[in-house]
Amino acid sequence: MAESKVASSFNGVVGSFRYLDSLLAAIEQLRQAGYRELQALSPVPHHAIEEAIEKPPSPVRYFTLAGCLLGAVTGLTLTIATSLYYPLITGGKPIVSIPPFLVIVFELTILLGGLLTLGGMLFNARLPKVNIGPAYNPRFSEDQFGLWVRCEQKDHETVVTMLRNAGAEEIVPAGQG
Amino acid sequence: MSQLTYSQVDRDIIRAMEAPGWRYYAVLIADLIVLAWGAYAWRYQVVHGLGVTGLTHPVMWAIYITDFVFWVGIAHSGTLISAILYLFRVRWRASIYRTAEAVTVFALFTAGLFPIIHLGRPWVFYWLFPYPQFGGLWVNFRSPLVWDVFAVMTYMIISMLFFFTGLVPDMAVVRNRTSGWRQKIYAFMAQGWQGTDRQWRHYKAAYVFLAALATPLVISVHSVVSWDFAQSIVAGWHSTIFAPYFVAGAIHSGLAMVITLLIPLRRIYRLDAYITQQHLENLAKLIILTGLIVGYAYAVETYIAWYSNNVPEWQRFTYQVTGEYAIPFWIMILFNSLVPLLFFVKRIRTSTPWLLAIAILINIGMWMERFVIIVTGLAHEYDPYSWGPYYPRWVDISITLGSFAWFFLWFLLFIRFLPVISIVEVKEELPPPMRRQNGGE
Repeated sequence: MAESKVASSFNGVVGSFRYLDSLLAAIEQLRQAGYRELQALSPVPHHAIEEAIEKPPSPVRYFTLAGCLLGAVTGLTLTIATSLYYPLITGGKPIVSIPPFLVIVFELTILLGGLLTLGGMLFNARLPKVNIGPAYNPRFSEDQFGLWVRCEQKDHETVVTMLRNAGAEEIVPAGQG
Repeated sequence: MSQLTYSQVDRDIIRAMEAPGWRYYAVLIADLIVLAWGAYAWRYQVVHGLGVTGLTHPVMWAIYITDFVFWVGIAHSGTLISAILYLFRVRWRASIYRTAEAVTVFALFTAGLFPIIHLGRPWVFYWLFPYPQFGGLWVNFRSPLVWDVFAVMTYMIISMLFFFTGLVPDMAVVRNRTSGWRQKIYAFMAQGWQGTDRQWRHYKAAYVFLAALATPLVISVHSVVSWDFAQSIVAGWHSTIFAPYFVAGAIHSGLAMVITLLIPLRRIYRLDAYITQQHLENLAKLIILTGLIVGYAYAVETYIAWYSNNVPEWQRFTYQVTGEYAIPFWIMILFNSLVPLLFFVKRIRTSTPWLLAIAILINIGMWMERFVIIVTGLAHEYDPYSWGPYYPRWVDISITLGSFAWFFLWFLLFIRFLPVISIVEVKEELPPPMRRQNGGE
């Protein structure tokens, strides 16, 4: 995966926090000090973390839109083209009778919209991931918060101090491989 | 629930997935015996043809289509709780939505079998799908039966996506707490989830879009199922009220099924801290709403049968109320629209035995409703010379019982191998651990 390649060639540190507000304080201080490449790990999603990290909104919505449009076009094409290909009049109705076809169009809009939403999530979140990165600690899925900071070797001590001051309980180097 | 901590939630919910006692296996074996009997009945039907069932002219749709409509209906409440209530930010859904969503997926597994069981040659079921075949014959897109194939397949796929997407972060928790081959399976389902802010951001966006897509879908599915009937000119079926009537009935029966399953689940796995009386009471209140809509639909049907001044319509109505199927009809009226009104009494909707009893009665009533609509419509069409009743035989009944066993088999496997309550969503409802207690969120 692209991200794990980045991770393996790079030095950083991971701090683990027991409290959410400690994590938020650490994010704020590090960002103020100019460390922009941060990654928070948390057992639950939280708006405060999102706001502190300040990343652009997820582009998954464009995948959903593309999927829905693709589904609608597929539905129209499938119903109209196949009816023209096998023009059998039933019930005296026109060969291309749009109102009943709209049911199929609707269902395929939802179906492809849903499938591309899932695809968009997997693509953007870089899932599935075969190797779980070295920054991960199982407790980040349980009851602790993690903060991974990208930094140069020379800034290592500074970052460790900042994390500790913000309330990190355990700080380990990460990203070595 | 607010006294719980994050790690306590992990422990409690994962505890329910530990090795179960002998009772679980006893229930599982009993379930498998019923399922095997149903499978034997289906084999018998395939070998000897549909003539071994009670299906005969004029009632060519009977118990199998009843079962199909019933199980698709059961599926609906899961999507109501997991998607619609999610969009409305209803907080109490967190601890019950996983079970409801599982009910949706398994009910659709069950419903999907019936159109195939009902085929004389089930091995050519794929003729229902549009694909370029040798004869150049394409399916008729003007037929509600083809709409139904699309609607139910889409519903099944989207529900499974929604179910498994919701499971991903929970699977990471389970992955970290198991070992050996089980860990490998859970790790696969977790897809390498770590809970980074990037993953959460895209996950939450995808989840809300899946919910937004599932919401109109669920309304469309039972509407399309109702059009299987309403698009025809059979008296009693040809009605514009059918779509909302079927959707409300579907949610009515689904809520009752969720209550029927949650009460024993909560008791056996001691999940009282998560599935509280308040959850069940809220479900009961929703049942009052759907019950009133269903009752209104019954009243409108009756009124229109009389007011339309249409002889076949009125004939069929009087047949429905007084003919061979009068008992199922009155069961349907009583159990679906009158008994649920008892939930207006707070003491009844907060009492577990009452809730369970009424939920089971609604399940029975809703099955009867589908049976009454389908069979009385066909048994008493326009021409008196073609009237005739339907009585199920052992094959039809065995396959119906087998379908319940099939549904419960999936449910039993679900409670054994997956977290029955969403770990992540329950944690989201708890106040996050803060160093400054009054620091606010």
